[in-house]
Amino acid sequence: MDFLLIQALSGLASAASLFLVASGLSIIFGVTRIVNFAHGAFYMLGAYAAFTLTDRFAGPLGFWGGLLVASLAVAAVGALMEVVLLRRIYQAPELFQLLATFGVTLMVQDLVVLIWGPDDLMGPRAPGFTGAFSLFGRLVPTYDILLILLGPVVLGLLWLLFHRTRWGVLVRAATQDREMVSSLGVNQKWLFTSVFALGVFLAALGGALQIPRTTVTHYMDLSIIVEVFVVVVIGGLGSVTGAFVAAVLVSELNAFGILVLPKISMITVFLVMAVVLVVRPWGLFGKPDAAPRASAGISVRPWKPMSALERGGVALVVLLAALLPFVSGSYALSVGSEILVFVLFAASLHFMMTVGGLASFGHAAYFGLGAYGAAFAVTYFGVPMEAALVLGPVLGLVGAVLFGWFCVRLSGVYFAMLTLAFAQITWSIAFQWVEVTGGDNGILGIWPSAWASTPQGFYWLALGVVVVGVAVLRMLVFSPFGFGLRAARDSGLRAEAIGIDAKRTQWAAFVVAGTFAGIAGALFAFLKGSVFPETLAIPMSVDGLVMVLLGGIETVSGAVVGAVVYKALAIWLMSQTELSKLVLGGIIVLLVVAFPKGIVGFIEDWRHRRPPAPNGAGPEAMGIAKVEAAQ
Amino acid sequence: MKRMLGLAFAAVLMASAAARAEGEIKVGEINSYSALPGFTDPYRKGMELALKEINDAGGIKGKKLVIISKDDGGKPGEALTAANELVSRDGVVMIAGGFLSNVGLALSDFAKQKKVVYLASEPLTDAIVWSKGNDYTFRLRTSNYMQAAMLAEEAAKLPAKRWATIAPNYEFGQSFVAVFKDLLKKRRPDVEFVAEQWPPLNKIDAGPVLQAIDAAKPEAILNATFAGDLVKLVREGNTRGVFKDRAVVSYLTGEPEYLDPLKGETPEGWIVTGYPWYSINTPEHKAFLDAYQQLNKDYPRLGSIVGYSTVKSIAAVLNATDDHSTEGLVKAMKNLKVSTPFGEIVYRGADHQSTLGAFVGKTALKDGKGVMVDVVFKKGADYLPSEEEAAKMRPAN
Repeated sequence: MDFLLIQALSGLASAASLFLVASGLSIIFGVTRIVNFAHGAFYMLGAYAAFTLTDRFAGPLGFWGGLLVASLAVAAVGALMEVVLLRRIYQAPELFQLLATFGVTLMVQDLVVLIWGPDDLMGPRAPGFTGAFSLFGRLVPTYDILLILLGPVVLGLLWLLFHRTRWGVLVRAATQDREMVSSLGVNQKWLFTSVFALGVFLAALGGALQIPRTTVTHYMDLSIIVEVFVVVVIGGLGSVTGAFVAAVLVSELNAFGILVLPKISMITVFLVMAVVLVVRPWGLFGKPDAAPRASAGISVRPWKPMSALERGGVALVVLLAALLPFVSGSYALSVGSEILVFVLFAASLHFMMTVGGLASFGHAAYFGLGAYGAAFAVTYFGVPMEAALVLGPVLGLVGAVLFGWFCVRLSGVYFAMLTLAFAQITWSIAFQWVEVTGGDNGILGIWPSAWASTPQGFYWLALGVVVVGVAVLRMLVFSPFGFGLRAARDSGLRAEAIGIDAKRTQWAAFVVAGTFAGIAGALFAFLKGSVFPETLAIPMSVDGLVMVLLGGIETVSGAVVGAVVYKALAIWLMSQTELSKLVLGGIIVLLVVAFPKGIVGFIEDWRHRRPPAPNGAGPEAMGIAKVEAAQ
Repeated sequence: MKRMLGLAFAAVLMASAAARAEGEIKVGEINSYSALPGFTDPYRKGMELALKEINDAGGIKGKKLVIISKDDGGKPGEALTAANELVSRDGVVMIAGGFLSNVGLALSDFAKQKKVVYLASEPLTDAIVWSKGNDYTFRLRTSNYMQAAMLAEEAAKLPAKRWATIAPNYEFGQSFVAVFKDLLKKRRPDVEFVAEQWPPLNKIDAGPVLQAIDAAKPEAILNATFAGDLVKLVREGNTRGVFKDRAVVSYLTGEPEYLDPLKGETPEGWIVTGYPWYSINTPEHKAFLDAYQQLNKDYPRLGSIVGYSTVKSIAAVLNATDDHSTEGLVKAMKNLKVSTPFGEIVYRGADHQSTLGAFVGKTALKDGKGVMVDVVFKKGADYLPSEEEAAKMRPAN
């Protein structure tokens, strides 16, 4: 019994660190609707800054002062980022800010190594909290107790801040309805900046408080960012109390879970999130969105099928691409094949995000399932490549049918996070089920048939599959099914009223997207000759998102361009420099600022910069009005 | 859209403008430079030193040895792209490198498919030479199995009967623990394993993990966590007194990469494998250490030894034969002898594993820093199964 109590205390200490970082993220999201991917980077910067300060200034004042100054300094950096970068893109489509913060995250990962060096750094222990005290004959670190107390204290302070100050009232009002707040004359700019700075401060403090427990490393952002997102979602977006309860829940379940299943840690948080979201689609303390607003800004210009001229242009590009093997070497062709695979992957995600309005954070699941499906077909059934390319995507399809059924009952960020949870669960199965999947050592020897084993042969195969795949997806956009899907996206209620089963339509779109991702995954398996859990992992999903956003989320086929640009850049930079993350992140940030509607969105804007379309009185005009109101 | 495709074209064309130079032998090298700079930084310094020594001494039969390094970002998929570039664009005669086991396996399968020699420098997995071994892949580093055997030998001397294990939850940790258990039980049938914990890599929740271990009341603990996870484990364990009066056998902990961050909190008396560069008195190592410290204002890590010995092995095989085709190199690699700072090693003909040994010792505190004491060098050949047995573990190909 006393052992269980000690275990519960350990869990609470872990919960406190998680809560600090999560509360900051929750506050930022609640008010600004920014999915701040850079939150982990600020957590890491807080730890690095605190290390430098506490290393230089010894003693209790040096230590605690160092922690505080470090957190404030990082908060200032965060505020600067908000003013310089994010302010420029608040009017961009939803999720676009994710791309900007992703770019910043990439840059920070390389910058900390440049500034602080590659070695792990160990900071000092907290003065006065180095020891332990005995409880039921077991030792409990005093620093744990400090953390356990700090959690509720911070929660209480935040509560006071939000309920007893004018600023807090405004923040809560903005969380509920930011358009209304701005129309009442509140200066939204500085409200956003201050909220962002507070959120970053909490992240940096969370990082700084870690230095007496662990080393400061350049990958510590990755170890926390996803978990923190999950905690925020379990608690309910924008709810600080929810984040606290969720952090405690997750940490305690982990502390006790490992007693029964020592390998459970890898997946605890995602299991909890999946269960919570299925039972309570808005998290524990979240509230259903009032009437869901039409996604402002989407499709200001109605989509049209391509004109004959445009079709000719595309045909020419495809023809040129098909001629590539006659002029370039085999390395260029294998890079070309890889880019093509990602074109299809991005196009499938784009179909779901843009046409279906369903932003997935876990699209890698279906890509990876397709890859594993192909690998299973080859390894366990000995089928040739041609059959495996058909069988592999079936696994992606099955996964999409199963997970999609749960996911489409949710919307917005909750939908995105449930897809992430399913992707992580799939990933952990691939990672853990060593007998079947080979675990992290993967499945080797998945090479193409003889005719496609040359770089030329495989390139043509990939080109053929991808061109057909993208064409089919595009045709679906302009099919009755596509129109139904867009109706369900723009107004679920009206769509239902005219007899469209919105959920069923979205489910079908989910399955279509998953299947095409599976096809891309199966191709990827044969391109690489092996399959690893990385094909299912979060970075793969994020890559897909980046490609779609870079191309332009409001366009019909922007993802194609986004994928070509991003993948070609990534491969080229990887080969040229070890600072590829810094350069790639910098380019993404520049692109985000230069093309807030994505590359293709920008080109289309430019092409249509003639007199305003005369038919601007449709339902889309309301969207425009709303954007203007927000300004 | 067309413009963007054009941009991609340009990038691809630039990439294929290969520079060819006479009088050079090019070798490709791939490692996780951006993802794991803590390892690759000293590793690269070791490589540079060896490369300088070789080229200063006239290169490979008068030709300059050139090593083209590529980053894999810690991902097998990226490593394969890089390998492809090195082999089909840069025209390297062989490839080398790798840190993570899955990257090493991906490269070894690539080597088999494209029929190019791959020298795996660091990947520790046993699969790369045994269950998934192939004709084209050779491995330098003292493997999981060998180090487990060295530690099991020491562990068997301890009185402890009740053991608990903590290892990161991936193939590296799983296979290490499995081999250690197996070998320890062979020496000591009376030993039992009473608890195990598998924290995810880089995400250990040290408090609960250690409490769970403590609750099983083991007499000894086997640890295979490293880097940040190790520091968390040590700090929590020291504060909670979990390591008090318990023997601890800890894998890799004596490597400067992982021992140095612990500073004054280094636990004393842990039995570890590692690299005590400050107390190795062989002439080979002295020469290496002097040269290294002359070139760099830093002391070597184990990564430096790996990088240095990788390049020395490459030079040895290129010098051993004039036939630099893949068949010629594979033939020359088998039973190739290479002198390294740890003494002479042999790449065994049967399973392509080198006989590089390792240092086993105990951790201690000296001037507020962690060091290894009571150090013994264990020869790699003594801890490998015989070549006949090893050959049986490899797939027929």
